[in-house]
Amino acid sequence: MKGKANHGGAGPRTYLLVWAGLLALTAATVTVASLQIGRAAVGVALAIAAVKSTLVLLYFMHLRWEKRLLIKLAIPITLVTLAIFIGLTYTDVLRR
Amino acid sequence: MWLFICTEILLFGGLFLLYSMYRYKHPQAFHAASLELNRFDGTLNTAILISSSLTVALAIHFLRQDRRRQAMGFLALTLLAGAAFLVVKGFEWAEKFRHGLFPNSLVLLARDKGQILYFGLYFMMTGLHALHVLIGLGVLSAVLILINRSRVTAGRPVLLENSGLYWHLVDIIWIFLFPLFYLIT
Repeated sequence: MKGKANHGGAGPRTYLLVWAGLLALTAATVTVASLQIGRAAVGVALAIAAVKSTLVLLYFMHLRWEKRLLIKLAIPITLVTLAIFIGLTYTDVLRR
Repeated sequence: MWLFICTEILLFGGLFLLYSMYRYKHPQAFHAASLELNRFDGTLNTAILISSSLTVALAIHFLRQDRRRQAMGFLALTLLAGAAFLVVKGFEWAEKFRHGLFPNSLVLLARDKGQILYFGLYFMMTGLHALHVLIGLGVLSAVLILINRSRVTAGRPVLLENSGLYWHLVDIIWIFLFPLFYLIT
C-alpha cells in the first residue's frame, strides 16, 4: 500500500470505457459466430476472448499499475505453464 | 490471492484442454450439440457478468476514496448481477433437464459419443463456474457486511480488493466458456 495514485491510476471513466469495450467485443464474437467463416472461427473467438481477458486483467484487476514484479509475472508464467501442458498433450493427440 | 488465481487458471485450464481434445475428435457432434444451447441466454449472462466486474471495480474505487455509501451501493449491484447470472443459468439448466438432457440420462445416452462428451463437459464446466459465482457471492456479501460495520475501510481495503480479484477471475473464466460452448460454428 503506497497510496492511491500508485495503486490505481484508473478512475470511473476508464472503467466505463473498458466496460464498453468488453461489451462491444462480446457483440463482435457473437456476430462472427453467425457468419460462416469455417475453421478460422475458433481462432477468432479465442483471440477475442484473449483480448477481453487482457482488458480485465490490466484495468479491472489493476495489473497495469502493478509495481511488484512477481505479481506482474504471475499470470504470464501460469499461461506459459498451461501452454506447455497443452502443447505436450497435443504432440500425443495429433499423432494417434 | 494471485497465487490462488493462478491455481484456478490451471484448474480450468485442465478442463479446457480436455474440451479441446474432444472437440478435435468430434467436431460435428460438438457443433450439433452447441446449437441446442440458448445463445441469447449465454450472451445475456456474458453482459451481466461483465457489468458486475465493472461495478465491483467501481466499489473498490469508491471505498479507497472513503466514499462508503457509493462503495456499498456498487457492491450491492454486483451481488444483484451475480444472482441474476445464476437465475439465468438456472433457467437454462432447467430447460435442458426438461428435454431429458442431464448427465447419464437415457435421452443423452442414446446420442452419439461426441454429444455425450459435449454435454458432460458443458454441465461440468458451467457447473463448476456457477459454484465459483456462488462462492463469490458469499464472499462479497460478507465484505458488504464488514464495510457496513467499518471493518473494511479506505485504510483497510484489502479484503474487498482480493474478493474483487476473485470476482474478475470468475468473469474471465466465463469469457472463455461462452464462445467455446455457445458459439461453435
